[in-house]
Amino acid sequence: MMNKIIDFVHKAGLPRIIIGLFLFALFVIAPFVGVKLDISLTNVMNRFGMNCVMVLAMVPMIHSGCGLNFGLPLGIISGLLGATLSIEMGFSGMVSFLMAIVFSTPFALLAGYGYGKLLNKVKGGEMMIATYVGFSSVAFMCMMWLLLPYRNPTMVWGYAGRGLRTTISTEGYYLHVLNDLLSLKFGGIVIPTGMFLFFALLAFLMWAFLHTKTGTAMTAVGSNPIFAKASGINVDAIRTLSVIMSTWLGAVGILVYEQSFGFIQLYMGPFYMALPAVSAILIGGASVNKASITNVIVGTFLFQGILTMTPSVMNSVVHTDISEVVRIIVSNGMILYALTRKSEVAR
Amino acid sequence: MNEQKTPLLEMRHIRKNFFGNQVLHDVNFILHEGEILGLVGENGAGKSTLMNILFAMDSIKNTGGYEGEMLIDGQVVNFESSLDALNQGIGMVHQEFSLIPDFTATENIVLNREPQKRSLFSDLFGDRMDVLDRAKMDEISKNAINRLGVPLESDMPVNQMPVGHKQFTEIARELSKDSGENAKKIRLLVLDEPTAVLSEKEAENLLTAMKKLSSEGVAIIFISHRLQEIIDVCDSIMVMRDGKIIQQVENKNVEINSIANWMVGREVAVKENTKRAFDYDKAPVDLSIKHLWVNMPGEVVRDVNIDVHKGEILGIGGLAGQGKLGIPNGVMGLYPAGGEVTFQGQPLKLNSPRFLLDSGLAFVSEDRRGVGLLLDESLEWNVSFGAMQVRDDFLKKFGPITWRDQEAIEEVTAKYIKDLEIRCTSSKQHAKELSGGNQQKICLAKAFAMNPKLLFVSEPTRGIDIGAKQLVLNTLRKYNQENGVTIVMISSELEELRSICDRIAIITDGKVHGILPASSPSSDFGLLMVGKGSDK
Repeated sequence: MMNKIIDFVHKAGLPRIIIGLFLFALFVIAPFVGVKLDISLTNVMNRFGMNCVMVLAMVPMIHSGCGLNFGLPLGIISGLLGATLSIEMGFSGMVSFLMAIVFSTPFALLAGYGYGKLLNKVKGGEMMIATYVGFSSVAFMCMMWLLLPYRNPTMVWGYAGRGLRTTISTEGYYLHVLNDLLSLKFGGIVIPTGMFLFFALLAFLMWAFLHTKTGTAMTAVGSNPIFAKASGINVDAIRTLSVIMSTWLGAVGILVYEQSFGFIQLYMGPFYMALPAVSAILIGGASVNKASITNVIVGTFLFQGILTMTPSVMNSVVHTDISEVVRIIVSNGMILYALTRKSEVAR
Repeated sequence: MNEQKTPLLEMRHIRKNFFGNQVLHDVNFILHEGEILGLVGENGAGKSTLMNILFAMDSIKNTGGYEGEMLIDGQVVNFESSLDALNQGIGMVHQEFSLIPDFTATENIVLNREPQKRSLFSDLFGDRMDVLDRAKMDEISKNAINRLGVPLESDMPVNQMPVGHKQFTEIARELSKDSGENAKKIRLLVLDEPTAVLSEKEAENLLTAMKKLSSEGVAIIFISHRLQEIIDVCDSIMVMRDGKIIQQVENKNVEINSIANWMVGREVAVKENTKRAFDYDKAPVDLSIKHLWVNMPGEVVRDVNIDVHKGEILGIGGLAGQGKLGIPNGVMGLYPAGGEVTFQGQPLKLNSPRFLLDSGLAFVSEDRRGVGLLLDESLEWNVSFGAMQVRDDFLKKFGPITWRDQEAIEEVTAKYIKDLEIRCTSSKQHAKELSGGNQQKICLAKAFAMNPKLLFVSEPTRGIDIGAKQLVLNTLRKYNQENGVTIVMISSELEELRSICDRIAIITDGKVHGILPASSPSSDFGLLMVGKGSDK
């Protein structure tokens, strides 16, 4: 029995068990301090669904040894371009969402290609460079959002008639298209089935890809690039491919996020999007060069679960509205924690 | 030699093992004041380990220390660290320079032992504010340089010096150490291959300097592969092989031939039945290498011309750093290379690993952990990866996507685990958890799984125990005989090459110095290795 427990702890990893127990404790406390469990559960599931595609975007680059994709904002910007173009064209409902994916794809492929080429030139320092690629692309787009000739009145500044607003509602376009798809209701608990299915589809494709010849090569490149080179693999091409995949998933990830969240956030919106995704996958047990789909699911659930539950429980305990403060402390604390965990498994 | 005097250094029954691998067996020797002792032996004979023991290097202490005792001036000493050795007046110049490039010779020579002057600030803030006494520094370094008797400018920055002067700076630094407060006068100097990087003229200067020091009473242990130098300068010669001292003789009428013979000749007799007569007239040339150059750091290949016949096992030997390892690494595209290489009549595109693998060549690298294995992946992956990527083996179609055929992978891994007697808990075990010998077998399995037409095997027995060695060699021989695969095997161990190869080429200075049938006497190979003997 004892051995089994030790074995389980070893397999799951101590950090995950501690965080899991903490999250469980929050759920237990919640009803006693007046937090409604059904609403909490719905929130946790929603936030899980909103974020997990962006966490999945971390997987290909980790596999190819490019490290954690701190340049996720680049993918997010591609997604935002797709989203705004789809709205500009006036598509609505599910078609609007699908067209947003279609429009963002060429941007993601191009941006990912250039980003991949850049990362190939800075082997060993990928994560630092990636961070600045993300930041500078956000800064560049801050100018472009104002200058691009968008005309749709729901998106542009009302007084000038041009330049995109900081926040754009997805209502009337693709709000909740995935959330509401086949959604199930049990009392107060709403399960966003469509969103989960969409993630499951992408996760399955990723899993399948990693079992193909190219996917196997990608893992080998991350595990030992010299071995891969000696086995006749074009290491740079595989790395670039992984970056393109990651960027595209980032683009799709933000679209999933927006349809549930209800708003498109431009300008500084993408600035801090990479860190929660990076933290989630690290908390899920991934290392700098090993990650699995399970890491994605477990990590996103734990990270978003804590992030949702702590502020509401804390608020009810102290009876003051400090939710925003707690949220910031908890989320950054988790990020810090996750990044310190990183060294434990690094090569 | 005056036998009445107490010897400066005496080593008695020194034994050392690294994790059960005995590298020194009962080494005894005596060194007198002012004596120059030439220490020769193949790579891995135990020379460096012996010197590391003398210097109490961490690598010895961390692996369980050594057995036996070491006496200086007739007193048993037990050095806690290299500092104790320095305080006893022992200095060592390593093969790699440890100099600060932007500092001048003087600054490097007195580094961290600089004489200091008090300044206004040191009165105020303590000794850390002392300033350097430049005049005194100069004096110390000039003294040391004069003792060496070489032309070395004390104010020249190290990065502008020719390589020989760097070597002199290192030696001068060791000499200047007797100016310290509690250090004894330098009495014993160990020079580890000091002439390897020097031109002939520089080497001559160094030898003269060594003689000068010796006449002042400094004993020198001189490690070199250039046997002529050893004969020119040493008072006595000690030959090591396989962790034993094979010969210790005074340098009187010693010939290079006999040293070479002592160095490589082993008692191990090659079993007669493993010998075979390879018929070169019937076997066509399989791989033809012309004017190959390879830019592999530390193993530069300059101009190699060699023909490999179909079905033979060709050995490539030579001392470390002469370029033998560069040949397979260059041909297989891991390091920049040029020249003409044709395989079965087709010209090979160099610098393109994929093209070379597609042509049916395979390579088992000498760098198992760096190049040969995916340490963090399962044995299944390690065995099947090459064949999957190059030959599209172990894949199956499932609808529109083609993916790994797990069953086929498990099957082939199980087959090689059985055939090569790989010791592992399961085929899912990670490669890093295996012992060196078993890792090597995994590397071989990976290459075999690719069904190569020609196989390069580089240092297949490096760092593995004797039992595994024999198994690896037998496997190679068997694979060659059963499948008719041409094998080019590179190894530093001549006896190993002689036991399975048909012909052996010796590489010196990036060129083929000679090719002999494996049955030639080992002294012939020894001569070739040290740059003697005729080109064939």
